[in-house]
Amino acid sequence: MNKNYFEIKRAGINTTFQDQGRVNLYHIGIPFSGAMDNRNFQISNKLVGNEVNFPTIEFAFQGPLLKYFGENINFAITGDVKFIIRKKSNAIEGNCYQSFTLENGDELDIISTNKSVYGYLAVSGEFEVNYQWSSCSVNTKANIGANNGKKIEDGQNIYILNINKNLSDKKLNYINTKIENIRVIQGTNFDYFSDEGKKIFFEKEFVISKLSDRMGMRLEGPKIENIVDTNIKSEGLLKGVIQVPADGNPIIMLSDHGTIGGYPKIGVVISADYDKLVQLTPGSNIKFKKVELADAESLFKLYDLETQNLISQI
Amino acid sequence: MIKNISNLGDAALYCDFGTEVNKEINSKVIRYFKSIQKENIDGINNLTPSYNKLIISFDLRKKNFQTIKQQIENLNVINDDTLESNKIKIPVCCDENFSLDIKRLEEKLQITRDKIYEKFFGKEFFCYMTGFIAGMPFLGDLENELQAKRLETPRVKVPKGSVGLTEQFANVYTFESPGGWNIIGNTPQVIFDSTKENNPNLINPGDVVIFEQINKDQYYNINE
Repeated sequence: MNKNYFEIKRAGINTTFQDQGRVNLYHIGIPFSGAMDNRNFQISNKLVGNEVNFPTIEFAFQGPLLKYFGENINFAITGDVKFIIRKKSNAIEGNCYQSFTLENGDELDIISTNKSVYGYLAVSGEFEVNYQWSSCSVNTKANIGANNGKKIEDGQNIYILNINKNLSDKKLNYINTKIENIRVIQGTNFDYFSDEGKKIFFEKEFVISKLSDRMGMRLEGPKIENIVDTNIKSEGLLKGVIQVPADGNPIIMLSDHGTIGGYPKIGVVISADYDKLVQLTPGSNIKFKKVELADAESLFKLYDLETQNLISQI
Repeated sequence: MIKNISNLGDAALYCDFGTEVNKEINSKVIRYFKSIQKENIDGINNLTPSYNKLIISFDLRKKNFQTIKQQIENLNVINDDTLESNKIKIPVCCDENFSLDIKRLEEKLQITRDKIYEKFFGKEFFCYMTGFIAGMPFLGDLENELQAKRLETPRVKVPKGSVGLTEQFANVYTFESPGGWNIIGNTPQVIFDSTKENNPNLINPGDVVIFEQINKDQYYNINE
């Protein structure tokens, strides 16, 4: 049988295999991981006729340049991404949220994300990956998941199994909207901060630092004053938790976060806004808006319904 | 036994068992943790026991704060004597290439390195929790004479296998990681093995750990 594969001519900045992530492992120190932007991850799979939780390639900023060898295959890219398909005779600029066909020898050049961080590449087949705890998601910190728990590298080949023989073109009319207002529930240490600090947290804008990655997002801006203790006894963390260390600059925990931390928790980003949060680029502004638990729960229902609607339109 | 249950964000319960750090409170946390694991409650997708807190995460598509809270309040909690506990020996080499902060510790604690090692090796330490990075155990309690603060400027990279001290606790860096603990040695022992999916951690909450000093030859021969 002929092998179908991508040759990685350029890996990109932070290109990893990701799926829905893994659960029930916080107690041994392993976070969820998984696709940072879950909605775009699921949509990419649906656009190539896969089940929504199939492994995809996630990239950040600059994506990979892949040369394809094998029988015809469909792919789709989601997010806000500039990419080019180079065929023997011509080159086509691709559109997100639409499937395209690759033939033997075609190149897919994922140039970069536009004013966003993460994008997803899905193919109408199965990437040949190994699973750990039922997930291929790569956690480079603990070298867990596909590709020996490492980023995809220049020169390697990525094999694809079980290509769907009935390729059909699919498209979704969807535009990623960008939001700078992120909704937050008060954290368990909210009262560790001065009245002025609390006010700053919900009223001022912060800037996203370059020191942000799949583990966490660091913010810069007005300092948030702690009046109780800048340390707490170490305890569990979650994605979306906002900690404020002694320097007064908030850090938001993201999907590959350490599972335990000892800084006071001023807030937690609501589940409905997580996909939007992770797409905010370093250098851009972020502002927090306070909501109550009941609001957060109904906002999540809305988000989930919207995601299901989008998927069912494909 | 839980003093207070509140919400941490919209998809987790924050169970507060108190503010102190001791074996008694931590054992309660571990009993709840193991009881919930045993019950296998639909919708719960993560548990994080720590010194005196237990965080219960759930899938917001399936459950919400109120429903999980009720289930936890009505939980059958297992008894203390049913808890398993293993005794684990960890070999540590204190060669100068490994004991990165021993000089600093001698100054901070005002005792010699021999005294530090004497008070550290052969003693039983209790595992309060594991995490931060995969498999990292938080062990205690160190004697008062060994209690030092974290480094003022944390290291960008602490080598894998490093054994560190801070306050009343000891730990082992299961991966290279940033960190601010005072490093006194390094173990060749594999503490976290991701290929063992059922039990990747050598040390689990409730276990007892005894560190044993080895020399450089023993260190390099241990995995042969």
